Amino acid sequence: MNPVPSTSGGRLRRVAGLIRKESLQILRDPSSFLIAGVLPLLLLFIFAFGVTLDLRRVPIGVVVEQSSPEADSFLASFRNSRYFEVRVARHRADVEEDLVSGRLKGVVVLAADFSDRLGRGGTAPIQVLLDGSDPNTAGLVQNYVQSLWANWVQQESISKTSLAYRPKAAPLVTAEPRVWFNPELNSQDGLLPGAVGIILSLIGTLLTSLVVAREWERGTMEALLATPVTPGELLVAKVVPYFALGMLAMALSAAVTVFVFGVPFRGSVLALTALSSAYLMVMLGLGLLISTVTKNQFAASEVALILAFLPAFELSGFIFEIDSMPAPIRLLTRVFPARYFVTSLQTIFLTGDVASVLVPNGLVLLAMAVGLFFALTRATRVRLE
Amino acid sequence: MWLRILSLIVKELLTAWRDPKGRFVLLGPPVIQMLIFAYAATQEVKNVSVAVLNRDTGTNARDLVARFEGSPNFREVRHLRAEPDIAAAVDSRSVLLVVHIREDFSRELAAGTPTAVQLILDGRSSNASQILAGYAEEIIDSYNAELAQTRSAPPPASTVVARAWFNPNLDALWSTVPGLIAILVALEGLMITGLSVARERELGTFEQLLVSPLSPGEIVVGKTVPAFVIGLGEGTLMVTVAVFFFRIPLIGSVALLYASMSAFLLAVIGIGLFISSLARTQQQAILGTFSFMVPMMLLSGFASPVENMPDWLQTVTLANPVRHFIVIVKGVFLKAMPAAEVLHSLWPLLVIGLVTLSAATWLFRRRTE
Repeated sequence: MNPVPSTSGGRLRRVAGLIRKESLQILRDPSSFLIAGVLPLLLLFIFAFGVTLDLRRVPIGVVVEQSSPEADSFLASFRNSRYFEVRVARHRADVEEDLVSGRLKGVVVLAADFSDRLGRGGTAPIQVLLDGSDPNTAGLVQNYVQSLWANWVQQESISKTSLAYRPKAAPLVTAEPRVWFNPELNSQDGLLPGAVGIILSLIGTLLTSLVVAREWERGTMEALLATPVTPGELLVAKVVPYFALGMLAMALSAAVTVFVFGVPFRGSVLALTALSSAYLMVMLGLGLLISTVTKNQFAASEVALILAFLPAFELSGFIFEIDSMPAPIRLLTRVFPARYFVTSLQTIFLTGDVASVLVPNGLVLLAMAVGLFFALTRATRVRLE
Repeated sequence: MWLRILSLIVKELLTAWRDPKGRFVLLGPPVIQMLIFAYAATQEVKNVSVAVLNRDTGTNARDLVARFEGSPNFREVRHLRAEPDIAAAVDSRSVLLVVHIREDFSRELAAGTPTAVQLILDGRSSNASQILAGYAEEIIDSYNAELAQTRSAPPPASTVVARAWFNPNLDALWSTVPGLIAILVALEGLMITGLSVARERELGTFEQLLVSPLSPGEIVVGKTVPAFVIGLGEGTLMVTVAVFFFRIPLIGSVALLYASMSAFLLAVIGIGLFISSLARTQQQAILGTFSFMVPMMLLSGFASPVENMPDWLQTVTLANPVRHFIVIVKGVFLKAMPAAEVLHSLWPLLVIGLVTLSAATWLFRRRTE
C-alpha cells in the first residue's frame, strides 16, 4: 500500500495537524499530567527521603560484662558517635534476642577479662556480632566500629593513666581518606541524579507504550494508518508532543533536585539537555516499539516495566555497583540504555562536563535511538500490510 | 452461592491461563527477573578497578602496594605516574579509588615517625567509596601489624574480632534473594488484580458481572481467590528457586512462611482490587498500580534499610505490606525467626488486607446501586 503522493507542503500541514491532535489529546487526558507532573515529584521525594544508604543512629548493643575505666571510655566513644544509638547491657543473652528480631543491627562485647588482659600487657579482643541478614549495613557497621575502635586505641595508647598505654604500639601508617565531588559522603548527592534518569525512563516508556497500545486496542491506530498519513509521519506526530512532555518533566525533576534537595550542579545545562534528549529519544522509541509489538495495554505496561523501569533501577549503576556484578550481568547492563545515562547524569551533576565520560555515553545513546526508530518504522510498516 | 463463586473462580483462572500473552506475563518475567536481579541487586563491592600513585622509591611503599595488588577485592590495580593522572583517572570513572603514597613515606617509617597514605575516593558512588575505604584501611591495618612485628613493638592493646550471624560470609545473595521473593510476589499480585477489573470494565463485561446474581462480596471473593492461587503458586516457584538454585538456607518454619505469604497476598490483592475499583479505564488502573508499586518497592527495606529513613517516613512505611513481609521472609530463611516475632510483622499484613478488601467491596457495591 503506497501512501498517496503529496506535495511537501501538504505533508507538513498533515504532520502539524497530527501533532496538534496528539498534543490536545495529552492536554485533555488527566493521566498524562499525573505521569509527567505528579509522578516525578512523588518519585524524587521518595528517593530523597526514603532511599538512603547513610546510616543514621544504627541501633547497636554494647555488652560490658565488667565495668572498668577502659571499658567506660570505650563505651563513651560509642555514645558520642552520631552513627550509633547505644543500648548497654551486662550480659550477652540480654541483647542477642534483639539481633534475631532485627531491633539491633550489631552487638559489641567487652568480655569480663577485658581490663585484666590490658593490664597484663596482652591483647584484649573486642567481639563484634553483626546482623548478616543485611550484609551491606553489616559491613558499614563493621567499618564504623573499626574506626571508632582505632581512634580509641590511638588515644589510650598515649594516655599514661590507661592500662592500654603503649606508645610504641601506636600504628605508624594512617589512612587519610578524601572523597571527591561529595566530601560529606551524602548518599543523596550520589543517588538523586540517577533518580532523575529513572524518572525519565518511566515517563518516556510507560506513557507512550500505554497510549499507543490503547490506540491499537481500540482500532483507532488502524483507522489512522488507513488515511494518507505515512507511518513515518505518524511516528513524528507521536514523538514530538511526548518528547516535549518528557523534557518538561526532566527540567522539573532537575530543578527540584538542585534547588529543593541542594544537590550540586557542576556541569552545563547544554550537556544535560543534549544527553537527556538522546536518552528520551531512546525511551520514546522503546515505548512505541513495545506498544506496536504488544498492541495490548496490560502486556505493554508489563514489558515497559521489565525493559525500562527495572533495568534503570537495578542495571544502571544507580544504586548497585556495576563492576561488582558477575560478567554476564555486566554484559547485560551494556544492552540497556540506562547505565549510559545514569553515569552521565552523576558526572554532570557532581563532577562537571567530563568529555571522556559524556561523549562516548552520548554516542551510544544516539546509536540506540537511531536503531530503535529504524526498527520502529519497519514494525509499523509491517502492521500496515 | 458457593457454586456461583466457584464458577467465577474457574472462569477467572481459565481467562488468565488461556491468553498466551497473559500466560507468559505470569510465568516468564518473575523467574527471569529473579535470576537477573538477584545477581544485579548487590551492594557488594568487589572486582573494581583501583589505582596507585607511588611517588616513593623505598621498599616500604613497594610492600604496601604489593598488599593492595594481592587483595581479592580489586580486579585491577593501575599504576599512575604523576599527580595530574589522579584527576584524569577519577573524573572519567575508570577507577573508584586512588591510593596516593607520598615520596617521604619510607623515609618517615624508617625514622619511626607516623605517616599517612592518602585515599582518593569517587563520591559519585557514595556507598561503594565507603566500602572501598574500609578495604583500604583493613590493608593498612594489617601492614601496620607487620611493621610492629619487625620493629618488635609490644603487642597491640586490642583487636576487633567481627563475626556475622545468620550469614557468616556476608553473602549479598542471601539477603537479596529473600527480598526479591517479597518484591516479585507483590509485583505480580498487584498487576494481576489491579488490571483484571479495569480490563473487564473497559470491555463491558464487568457490567454483565454486576447484573448477574453475584453480590459485590461474591465478586470480590471471585476475583481474590484466583489471584491468591496464582500468587501462591508463583511464591512457591520462587522459594524453590531460592532454595535449590541459589542455595539460600531455609532454616525456619515453612508453615510460618506460607501463613505469612497468604496474609501478604491478601494485603497485596486488596490494594490491587481497591485501585481497580476506583479506576474507570485500564490506563488509570495501570497508572494507579504503578503509583503504588514503585513506592512500595522503594520504601520496603529492599534496596536501602528502613532504619535510615526519617522517623516520619518510617511511620508511613508501616502501611506497606512489602516492608513487613521482607522482615518475615528474611527472618524465616536466615534466622529461624520464632513464631512470636513473625506474628509481630504478620498482624499488620492482616489489617492491611482486611481494610483494603472491605474498601474494595464497598466500592463495588456503590457502583451497583
